[in-house]
Amino acid sequence: MSHSEGALRKAPTGIGGLDDVTGGGLPVGRPTLVCGGPGSGKTLVALSFLVNGVRHFDEPGVLMTFDENAEDLAYDVASLGFDLPELVASGKLIIDYVRIDRSEIEETGEYDLEGLFVRLEQAVRSVGAKRVVLDTIESLFSGLSNENILRAELRRLLRWLKDKELTAVITGERGRDTLTRQGLEEYISDAVILLDHRVHEELSTRRLRIVKYRGSHHGTNEYPFLIDHDGLSVLPVTALGLDHGAPTERVSSGVAPLDAMLGGRGFYRASTVLLSGSAGTGKTSLAASFVNAACARGERCLYFLLEESPQQIIRNMRSIGLDLEQWVGSGLLQMHADRPSRFGLEAHLAGMYRAIEQSSPQAVVVDSITDLMSAGERNSLRAMLVRLIDHLKTQAMTAIFTSLTPGGAELPDSNGGVSSLMDAWVLVSLEQRGLVLHRHIGVLKSRGMPHSNRVYEFTMTEKGIRVPASDAAALGPVES
Amino acid sequence: MPLLSGRLRVEPVAESLEERTPAETDRFVLRLYIAGQTPKCMRAFTNLKRICEEHLADRYRIEIIDLLQNPQLARGDQILAVPTLVRHLPEPVKKIIGDLSNTERVLVGLDLRPDPI
Repeated sequence: MSHSEGALRKAPTGIGGLDDVTGGGLPVGRPTLVCGGPGSGKTLVALSFLVNGVRHFDEPGVLMTFDENAEDLAYDVASLGFDLPELVASGKLIIDYVRIDRSEIEETGEYDLEGLFVRLEQAVRSVGAKRVVLDTIESLFSGLSNENILRAELRRLLRWLKDKELTAVITGERGRDTLTRQGLEEYISDAVILLDHRVHEELSTRRLRIVKYRGSHHGTNEYPFLIDHDGLSVLPVTALGLDHGAPTERVSSGVAPLDAMLGGRGFYRASTVLLSGSAGTGKTSLAASFVNAACARGERCLYFLLEESPQQIIRNMRSIGLDLEQWVGSGLLQMHADRPSRFGLEAHLAGMYRAIEQSSPQAVVVDSITDLMSAGERNSLRAMLVRLIDHLKTQAMTAIFTSLTPGGAELPDSNGGVSSLMDAWVLVSLEQRGLVLHRHIGVLKSRGMPHSNRVYEFTMTEKGIRVPASDAAALGPVES
Repeated sequence: MPLLSGRLRVEPVAESLEERTPAETDRFVLRLYIAGQTPKCMRAFTNLKRICEEHLADRYRIEIIDLLQNPQLARGDQILAVPTLVRHLPEPVKKIIGDLSNTERVLVGLDLRPDPI
């Protein structure tokens, strides 16, 4: 088999996102090194590659594990939805548990690791394996003492895997100054993936980086990486780019005065809108009005609640004349309520991605992104929102993000530095005049359309959001 | 030579009943794993034969397993290195890997001599 550049074949891992950042998967017929510290998820990445191969790509596999015994392993991965015993019983997966107990081994004279080769070949042949995982082969170094022999045999093993055209994942423990303790990266030069697991302010985040991928274009960032009951995912699920379309169709904001301020026609479809203001200004009411209007148009809508429960929102919005419950009942509206502090940022983003992928809505509301900021560092928030927004745009989904501005500070960069990502920015504020609090709404920006430069007073009534009659006449795209 | 055909048993033949001592519990059951008749494997066999004759006369049994012919047997005894000598009896199971060229280490590995270290 020839491996000419540009014609590198790839074996999909089936891990959401990883196949995107690798441009299709791991190099076919070659070994890939997956390294990281303890608990970074190396084994799970390797196993997902193997199990998905069997399940989805008709590629039987062999797992040679040097660390855990097969029962423990099966138990650990069962929580991810992998049924190893079943796959083994189906004859498409073989697990060979290699145990090396130094205390019962005496070394005298020359030897090689032909036994390992024999076992691997036997396993590969018996299931017709295309994929092989060696996890973690470095354990050989703690089990056997002749390092020269081990290194020579390791080199021979990697050559053997290539000769057999097996797509292999070899895991390695992160070393102090090297990618792996035993310098496996010297032997495996085709592809190297590094996993990282760190805890910041009590929130754990996982990252994945493609250190090397010979002969292939690949993403070079550190990507958030997630392990949960649905398995593994690497974000972004879609590749980043700025090639999404720019529909000219307009959709109502659900608030007549706001539509009027936007030239009478509302936002562009597939645009992303930031709705910011201090506490009590009516952000959620505006967002809910948008949701209501979207559902009334017959669009599927996904509403991420990070502050209130669905029941609370449904109850509260009745007071401004919105019946959201009917849309939940008809299936057009899905509400996802989660407090972000319960998970890390990545967990949250991944959850949102999944929900979006599953229901493919036309409209999305996140209320609010301020709550997401409490779940991670500001830089990660921005990176995360870039990915989320990109995804929404590619899928032509119109989205509103609400953001809480701390009291007093209206315009400063209190939105996680995300305002530049937004197509439109609507600002709501409170002003005290005498003994009355007055609400104001203004369009700070709205790319690609004339819009009002005036701030209007508005009230929330049981019939919805209204602008006083005196102002209503003046509503228009541009104040002259 | 028929010596290394698949599984081969090499047993010293007892001349008489009286010579069948010591008791069965003292018997050494040894398994030598090889992969083809490579020089390393042949050396291991020669060394093993000699050591057994010198130190275990009449109370050993050697089984030779060629993994090239019986690859499926490698898993059971957790064989990685070749050659590997496995002492099945007396218990506990012991493994000695290599061509057995260091007689002292082999005797230590078989528990026939205390470890000098």
